Amino acid sequence: MTARLLHPVVFLLGAPLLLGVVVKVKALAAGRKGAPLLQFYFDIWRLLRKEMVLSRTTTWVFLAGPAAGLASVVLAGLFIPVGRVEAPLGFTGDFILFAYLLALGRFFTAAAALDTGSAFEGMGAVREVTFACFTELALFFSLIVLARLSGSLNLSRMILAAGSGPIPAARVALLLVAASVFLVLLAENCRIPFDDPNTHLELTMIHEVMVLDHSGPALGAVLYGAALKFFVFSSLVAGLLASALPLGGAWGWGLYAALLAAVAVLVGVVESVMARLRLVHVPRLLIGGGLLAAFALLLAVKDMP
Amino acid sequence: MDEWVSLALILAGIAAMALSGLPGLLPFRGAGRSERLSAAGMIAGAALGGAGLTASAMAGNVPALSWAWNLPMGRFSVALDGLSAVFLLPTLVAAPLASIYGLGYWSEARHPESAARLRFFLGLMAGALGMVVIARDAVLFLIAWEVMAVAAFFLITTEDEAPSVRESGWLYLAATHLASLALIAAFSLWNSATGSTALEAAPQAAGPWTAIFLLSLLGFGLKAGLMPFHVWLPGAHANAPSHVSALMSGVLIKMGVYGLARMTAILPAPPVYWGGLLLLLGTASAVLGVAYAIAQHDLKRLLAYHSVENIGIIFMGLGLALMGRSAGRGDWIAFGLAGALLHVWNHGLFKSLLFLGAGSVIHATGTREMDRMGGLAKSMPRTAALFLIGAAAICGLPPLNGFVSEFLIYLGLFQVLQSSHAAVFWAWPAFTVPFLAMTGALAVACFVKVYGVVFLGEPRSDACRGAHEPPASMTAPMIVLAAGCFLIGLLPWAVLPFMGRAISAWAPGTDPLLLSMAPVGWISAVGGALIGGAALAFLWLRRRGGSAPLAGTWDCGYAAPSPRMQYTASSFGQFLVGQFAWALRPRLHAPRLEGPFPTPARFETHVEDVALQRGILPAWRWSLLAFGRLRFLQQGRIQVYVLYMAVFAVALLAVSMGLQP
Repeated sequence: MTARLLHPVVFLLGAPLLLGVVVKVKALAAGRKGAPLLQFYFDIWRLLRKEMVLSRTTTWVFLAGPAAGLASVVLAGLFIPVGRVEAPLGFTGDFILFAYLLALGRFFTAAAALDTGSAFEGMGAVREVTFACFTELALFFSLIVLARLSGSLNLSRMILAAGSGPIPAARVALLLVAASVFLVLLAENCRIPFDDPNTHLELTMIHEVMVLDHSGPALGAVLYGAALKFFVFSSLVAGLLASALPLGGAWGWGLYAALLAAVAVLVGVVESVMARLRLVHVPRLLIGGGLLAAFALLLAVKDMP
Repeated sequence: MDEWVSLALILAGIAAMALSGLPGLLPFRGAGRSERLSAAGMIAGAALGGAGLTASAMAGNVPALSWAWNLPMGRFSVALDGLSAVFLLPTLVAAPLASIYGLGYWSEARHPESAARLRFFLGLMAGALGMVVIARDAVLFLIAWEVMAVAAFFLITTEDEAPSVRESGWLYLAATHLASLALIAAFSLWNSATGSTALEAAPQAAGPWTAIFLLSLLGFGLKAGLMPFHVWLPGAHANAPSHVSALMSGVLIKMGVYGLARMTAILPAPPVYWGGLLLLLGTASAVLGVAYAIAQHDLKRLLAYHSVENIGIIFMGLGLALMGRSAGRGDWIAFGLAGALLHVWNHGLFKSLLFLGAGSVIHATGTREMDRMGGLAKSMPRTAALFLIGAAAICGLPPLNGFVSEFLIYLGLFQVLQSSHAAVFWAWPAFTVPFLAMTGALAVACFVKVYGVVFLGEPRSDACRGAHEPPASMTAPMIVLAAGCFLIGLLPWAVLPFMGRAISAWAPGTDPLLLSMAPVGWISAVGGALIGGAALAFLWLRRRGGSAPLAGTWDCGYAAPSPRMQYTASSFGQFLVGQFAWALRPRLHAPRLEGPFPTPARFETHVEDVALQRGILPAWRWSLLAFGRLRFLQQGRIQVYVLYMAVFAVALLAVSMGLQP
């Protein structure tokens, strides 16, 4: 019970640290020392104390974007298990609400971008909502596999019990699903090869260009929301990997933290060794991710006890 | 209270609505009075009907009436079971709201030539809609159906001076008559198989059920706008006055769903491929409907394609429920049907809201082209906020109503995985789940585009700069509909009992308590937390931004951005249209640029309806040619026609004597 109460604390306070790991790995791979691990905490704190500047074109929707984005990702995170601890919220079909909460955040973030009337932010909004159509495909194929493997429709149990079900090919299927969800993670969190968070050219960005006009506390909310979202998806991938590994029940917080860090390191490595894809190729990669999960589904459906 | 009282109230309400347009046709003085009289008649009719509906729901009975009449076949039988009640309520809500909206939108003062006619047919259609869902006899059903369809034709062609309106009107008329033909064939088969025209569960097991099912699928699918039978829908919805579009999209096309639900309820022992067919057609409709919507730049045509999408979602639920009947799975029936029927309500709410919002925008700007709009959230803040609620609801986003019905359909489709049947065969419906999810994401893309291009950013034309809020008679109906969206989204457990009654009526023996497995309490709680959290964050940001200095939008260093540089509806959809080019077949007229100083050139793209332009119209032209060969039969001389009749009569005589020697 205490562990379950601790979940939101870990989630809400630990999230920016994970992004720090990614940045550190990228810096080390490039032979630099890099920013401190806690840099994102400093950034958010600094932004919260700053003044805001608003565009004359904007309406209330401009501020509703960060607000709805933050509220939806906080709620969505409360459905994801941390370690072996079940999430504080959970019920039959909660993963549908999880996916649609993220969609709600996307709707308002993109609307806030269009509220500025800038062509660049329009570009970012288009790309965000377009690629999401293909990530949903991959995400839901993965969720079906998890529902089939675990025999449950509760996200916490779907992740924790997926590897120990009666289906023989479960672990192989789980690895495929983990790969698919990892692609979803990269796309949803705007990492290379889908988006380059560090590019200097607004023309090539997706997420960063949508929030060009946000400043001060609004930008802080956006940044914090992005950190939370990254934590949510990393935790999902780490949980899937933990279920897929043949460890039985004998693994605890240490292994979970190690897997979580491994996911962040993997993201950093991918960013260091790959270039951003051409935008027209992004849907193909995402459909490929969906196909991985579809294969896993065939594995899971084929052998019914 | 006697059973018949509630039905009598409903019949009286239907009559009041059907006749509400009459005052305008009488030579009264003072057109304004007859306008208000019509709206009052519509409201009174809806109140009477609502009273009847409440009385029957409180008593928990299924009132039925049946009288003989003087027609050679059929009876006047009406009844109100759970299924009829679910489809009757949207009419009773949407029709008076459309009528009130019409007071401001299509007033006698602005449209003296057509306003009275419009009100007459609007009332007639509303009455016929009510009659269709309570009719329990095939002949009565067809009469009500035909009145509804023809009234809708006159509503669509309200502005018949425009050629595009006439064209859509004719297309609608052809489609609706094809539907009626299919239904007449289906009911004739039904009559010959069961020996009666009563629409009650078939008494015997053997019969031409598959033929009847396929004919009703054609007839009702055409009315519902299921792909590929949707070809009449975009033009008709776009060209009708907006409050008519709201009623047509919100209620009229659902009569196709009702008809198919009724037919599948009374046909015995459905084979599994019926449900499978509905599920597949529904999935295709959902994905392609929204893909077409993204390609549109006419606001109302875009909304019309979203009706195709939502009908697809409804058919997915209905198909799953039908498969549940074949497989004997109560949970598929309960979640599939409850999701489908709740989506009928929800789509009625948010689509009516969106069409009314579109009407207000068109009223203010004088155009349906989204690319000429922009920045309307500043000049029409109330309309913009209400439209935003409708847009979020149609995307199925929590905490609004669209989420609840899609959630139930998802839950039903996921139950397929828990199947204990021979595994692979029964698991395939699960493969439609990702496409339902993709539909949701595409809808988000589409409505971000609509809301952003129409209401946000800078105005793209002078008409937008001078836009103004519509009168209260147009805003009030939208507020009611938006409140409905929140109500069902936040309190879904309050409406599920209605769906439970419909489930019992559709598949007797199914336990409606299965629905209590749906975690609707959680949906309420998370929805409330979401609203609370987002509101807190918003108010905090608002307070911090209260004294913020204002500046121009950062355009990456460019000093003189103009409203024309904003993303337009076409540019917003371009990427996704490219991804769906295999289905949409966009036509590109790109100029070739030659030489160092190319001459001015134009660039155009069009996305036309593939089913219409490459399927129906070529087939139509071909059949004109083919039938042209038979033209020699038309001699224009009376003797020849008499000869034909004589030959035909002799042939009939020969056939009948051959059959019964």
